[in-house]
Amino acid sequence: MSSIEWAKKPVRKISEPVGSRLDALRHWWAVQRGPVRWSVYLLLTVVAFLLPHEDIGSFMSPHSDWQAILFYPIGGYILLAIGLNVVVGQAGLLDLGYVAFFAVGGYTMAILGKQYGWGFWEIIAVGVLLAALSGVLLGAPTLRLRGDYLAIVTLGFGEIIRIAATNTDSIGGPNGIAGIPHPPNLTDWEIPDTAFFQALDLEGLKPFTYGALDTRPYYYLMVIAIIGTIIFAKRLEHSRVGRSWAAIREDEDAAELMGVPTFKFKLAAFAIGAAFGGLAGVLYGSQATSIIPEDFPFILSATILAAVVLGGSGNIPGVMVGAFLIAWIPERVRGVGEYRILVFGAALVIMMALRPEGLLPSRQRKAELKEGTGGMGSLGAEVGGPGGAQVEGEVSK
Amino acid sequence: MLLEIEDIRVHYGKVEALKGVSLQVDEGEIVTLIGGNGAGKTTTLKTVSGLRRLSSGRIRFDGRDISKVPGHKRVRIGIGQSPEGRGVFPGMTVEDNLLMGAYGRKGPEIAKDLAEVYTLFERLAERKGQMGGTMSGGEQQMVAIGRALMARPKVLLLDEPSMGLAPKLVQQIFSIIEEINRRGTTVLLVEQNAQQALKLAHRAYVLETGEVVKTAPAADLLDDPQVRAAYLGGDLGVADEKAAPPAVPEQRAAPEGEETQS
Repeated sequence: MSSIEWAKKPVRKISEPVGSRLDALRHWWAVQRGPVRWSVYLLLTVVAFLLPHEDIGSFMSPHSDWQAILFYPIGGYILLAIGLNVVVGQAGLLDLGYVAFFAVGGYTMAILGKQYGWGFWEIIAVGVLLAALSGVLLGAPTLRLRGDYLAIVTLGFGEIIRIAATNTDSIGGPNGIAGIPHPPNLTDWEIPDTAFFQALDLEGLKPFTYGALDTRPYYYLMVIAIIGTIIFAKRLEHSRVGRSWAAIREDEDAAELMGVPTFKFKLAAFAIGAAFGGLAGVLYGSQATSIIPEDFPFILSATILAAVVLGGSGNIPGVMVGAFLIAWIPERVRGVGEYRILVFGAALVIMMALRPEGLLPSRQRKAELKEGTGGMGSLGAEVGGPGGAQVEGEVSK
Repeated sequence: MLLEIEDIRVHYGKVEALKGVSLQVDEGEIVTLIGGNGAGKTTTLKTVSGLRRLSSGRIRFDGRDISKVPGHKRVRIGIGQSPEGRGVFPGMTVEDNLLMGAYGRKGPEIAKDLAEVYTLFERLAERKGQMGGTMSGGEQQMVAIGRALMARPKVLLLDEPSMGLAPKLVQQIFSIIEEINRRGTTVLLVEQNAQQALKLAHRAYVLETGEVVKTAPAADLLDDPQVRAAYLGGDLGVADEKAAPPAVPEQRAAPEGEETQS
C-alpha cells in the first residue's frame, strides 16, 4: 500500500496542475448561461467544419491522410462513444459487445444498398431501427444479469454477430460485401474558388457530392450525425429518462424501490445506444465501399469502451475527447512504425494514472466513484456498507 | 389487516432462505422482525417490496394479492422501503434523493411532503445541496427514510436503520420512527438491535433460519427468557433491562452474508 503511494508521488506532481486546470474549466462552464454556451457551441461547430484543412492535417497526422481519418476512425469513434456512453455512462450497464450494433448498421447498409438497391437515406432509418431492435433482442433476455455477468454475455453477443457474418455465405462470408453504393449526390454545387475559401482550404470542394476520392463530404455528414446525437443524448440526460438511468446506475434496487421500472429503462438504454451504433455503421458502410466481418472485432468494442472511460464516463464532452484521443494517437505516432501500439498503450496508461476518473468526468460521476458504486466503477460488485462508526460521533452533535 | 404474508418461501438458487414465513401487520402498528444473521429478515422485507420473487406462498396488501406485482408498482400502491445499507444515491444531492422518492407522483403535494420531511429531519434541510455520497452514515439513514416517506407509503419497511450508527444517533432515529408512526404510517421494522426495536414496537416476530419461531406483543418478548438469552445479551443475574447491552456485538458488526448477495 505504502509503496504504491510512494510511486504515485511524481505522477501527482504532473497530474495535479493539469487536472485542476481541467476542473477549473468545468467549473467555469457550469456557471455559464445561454448566450456564452451557444457561442461556444457555434464556434466548435465551425471549427469542426474547418478541421480538414491541410495545415491542420500536416501537424495532426503527418503520416496518414488526415481528411480520411477524420471521417473514420476519429468521427466514427466519437459517434460510437456517444452511443456507448448512453449504455455505460448513463445507465451504468457494462457492454463489451457494442461493436455488434456497429456491424448491424454496416451490414444493413451493404445488403440493402447493394443487393436490394435501396437509397442511402432510407437505409439510415432502417439501419438505426434494426440496430435498436437488435439491442432489444440482446437486452430482453440478458438485462436481468448485473455487472460482470452482463459484460460477459454482451461480449458473447458481439462475437456471435461477427462469427455468424463470417459463416453466412449469402452475405459474403469472410469476404464480406464489396461494391457498397455511396450516398446519392444531393447537389453538385462547388464552393467557389475565391481567396477567402482558399485560405480555409475549401476551394473547389463539393460538399454534397459523395464520391470515392474526397472523404470530406462524408466527414461533414458524420459531423451532422454527431451533432444530432449529441442533442438527442443531451435532452435524454435532462429528462425523466435520464434521471431514471442515473438512479439505476447508482443503486438499481433502490431505483426499483422508488418506483422506477428498472428493466424497461435498461432496455431503453440498450436500444438507444444500439441505435447510435447502427447509425455509425451505416455511415461507415456508405463510405467504405466494402465491409468484412473482421472490420468488427472485439478489440473495437474494447477500444470504444476505453474511450468512454478515459474521457469521463457519463459526460458527453468527456467521451468525445476520449474517443478523439483514442482514434488520433495511433495515427499521429505512425512515424515510429511497429512501436506505435506500444506508444499508444503507454499513452493510455499515463492518462489513466493521471486522471483515473477520466479526463472530463461529470460531477455526479465523481461522487459515485468515491462511493464505489455506479455500475462501471465497481462492475456491480458494490456492497452497501456503513459509513464508518467514527463519523457518527460528529453527527450526534 | 393491511399487510398479510402467508407461508412464503424464497430461494437463493438452491438455498431456501425463507421456509414458510407468515406474518401480519395491522394498520397503524409498529411491527418488528428480530433475529440473528441469515435468519431471513432482509429477505422477508425484500420479498414484500418486490425485489425478491417468492417460490410459493402469498402476500396480500390492502386486501389485494400482490405476490406477482413487480417492485416498482408496489411503491405506487403504498409500500415504501428504506433498504438495507441505506441505498442512498451517492451522485445526487439530498434534495434530488428525496425527490426520487416521489418518482411515481405528480402535483403540488410533492413540495408539501418535501417540507414535511425537512421538518422531520432538520439536518437534511441544512444539507439539501450536498451529494448523498458525502453524507455520514446517520445522515444517509435519514435520507433513506425521508426518501421512502416521499412516496406517501401506507406501510414503511425499514431494514436495520440502526446499522453502523452510534448509540445516541440510534436513539434519534428510533424516536423519529415513533413520530412517523404517530403521524399515521404503519411500520414494519427489521432490526438486529432487538432491545431498541422491542421497546418501540407493538408486536414482534422472532425469525430463525427462515422460520418464525415466536410471535408476541413486543413488551412480552422483552421479558421472555429465551429471547433475552438469544438476542438481548442474556440474564446477567440481576435482571435489570437497562443494564443489558443493546445487542450482541458480533451480530451488529458483520454484514448479513447470504442476504447481501444479488
